[in-house]
Amino acid sequence: MNYTILIYETAADFAERTDPQKQQAYWARLPPYIKALKDAGVFVGGAGLEPPETATILRRRNGQRHVQDGPFAEAKEQLAGYFIIDAPTLDTALDWASRYPATPGGAVEVRPNLPPMQH
Amino acid sequence: MDARRAIEQVARDSTGRLLAFLAARSRDVAAAEDGLADAFRAALEVWPHTGVPDKPEAWLLTVARRRLIDRTRHARVREAATPTLLAAADEAQELAETESMFPDERLKLLFICAHPAIDAAARTPLMLQTVLGLDAARIASAFIMQPAAMGQRLTRAKAKIHDAGIPFDVPVASMLPSRLDAVLEAIYAAYGSGWDDLAGADPRRMGLAMEAIGLGRLLLGLMPAEPEVQGLLALMLHCEARREARRTAAGGYVPLSEQDVARWSRPMIEEAERLLAAAEQAGRIGRFQLEAAIQSMHARRAGNGRTDWEAIALLYEGLVRHAPTIGALVGRAAAIAEVRGAATGWAFLQAIPDEAVGSYQPYWALAAHLLKRLDRPEEAAAAYSRAIGLCEDPAMRAFLVQQAVVT
Repeated sequence: MNYTILIYETAADFAERTDPQKQQAYWARLPPYIKALKDAGVFVGGAGLEPPETATILRRRNGQRHVQDGPFAEAKEQLAGYFIIDAPTLDTALDWASRYPATPGGAVEVRPNLPPMQH
Repeated sequence: MDARRAIEQVARDSTGRLLAFLAARSRDVAAAEDGLADAFRAALEVWPHTGVPDKPEAWLLTVARRRLIDRTRHARVREAATPTLLAAADEAQELAETESMFPDERLKLLFICAHPAIDAAARTPLMLQTVLGLDAARIASAFIMQPAAMGQRLTRAKAKIHDAGIPFDVPVASMLPSRLDAVLEAIYAAYGSGWDDLAGADPRRMGLAMEAIGLGRLLLGLMPAEPEVQGLLALMLHCEARREARRTAAGGYVPLSEQDVARWSRPMIEEAERLLAAAEQAGRIGRFQLEAAIQSMHARRAGNGRTDWEAIALLYEGLVRHAPTIGALVGRAAAIAEVRGAATGWAFLQAIPDEAVGSYQPYWALAAHLLKRLDRPEEAAAAYSRAIGLCEDPAMRAFLVQQAVVT
């Protein structure tokens, strides 16, 4: 069964991506985790996301299209990326989520994916 | 004393004993919990007006039991238990009127929680909830589970105790060693769940190591002559003695060999040593005594400044024979690497079956360390990467990242 691990980060965490002092450590966290997922055969997919200020929101209201600067909701923690993993149970998925090298202010959310749609 | 404070104190000190007493008689842990919760609610209403009764526990038991009987009658499905409950009603009334303490049934409850019919994954949580009164959300955090899923697991385990008619007894002598092993393992699992989180990244997880030691002390009080019980408590105290030393002021990870022994807790080490010495008197060696003895050898560095790896390797040899867990096999390889060199240690590590090591982080950490010493940088880098990717503890991760760079 597939689970999605949603990675949330604070504005300070996002800022580390471009901070000359911190960006190396920020990016170096991720490859070993991704490799561990792949070595264990649980990795299905995933991507990192550009920061929330690059987001654009589309809505259709009363037949009118509204385009707005994102992010979707002003929250302290914003979506920074996601992994899709194949795990037998939620407990196993949570074990993998707990190994994610989260940023100091960050959090991860684990959600079961719906079964694939029939076309 | 203020009624609310008195209730809080009874809840803290006596919940396990009260619950064990009620559950041993109703043979239904869930119903006993409900009855006890009702009794505490009643106390909150009544005691502020009437004052705290002379024997608050007996008062609570009397009310809880009455609620239990009401429920049983109401449900009319558990009639078989009613005579036992009525007898318990008289017993509790008597206890309220006389000077005697109500009997401590917590040992039975500990054995019930670790009964082979109970799902192994539910045993430790069940103990923490029933014997210590921890709430399900906190237990769920310690075991990285959804609180709702943990609640379900606990509910299922309690239903199983009732439905399968698991007896509220201390096992007979012939069964005792294996049943006691399960109790010890469940307590040690609680200790392990608290150990990972020294950084305190999640304050809800912090306390479990102390709770586990509390369970160990409780069990020792109930079975004072069992060497493995002494061994388990000695093991936990030896590990706990190093809590402060395992982190730098900045929160960095400090491996055992580099810990400042001045920051180890002397009183805990001394207590552990006394327990281990007492256990040896029984002349029955076991897994937890061996594990405690290994930690005891490490603790001697505080006295003479050196570590006797030869003795540690021998103790691991004994441990592997008693309980060849992946942890013991990796520990033995580490000790052998210290005594007979990295190449021999690496050979022992490689002999561990592949299927056992997949996601076991300490295996990869040791593999990385040994490969680095063997001057095989590419393989070391791959092993470091694997160990880092499997880390849960941010301080350990940072330490390994640093180790992987320094060559």
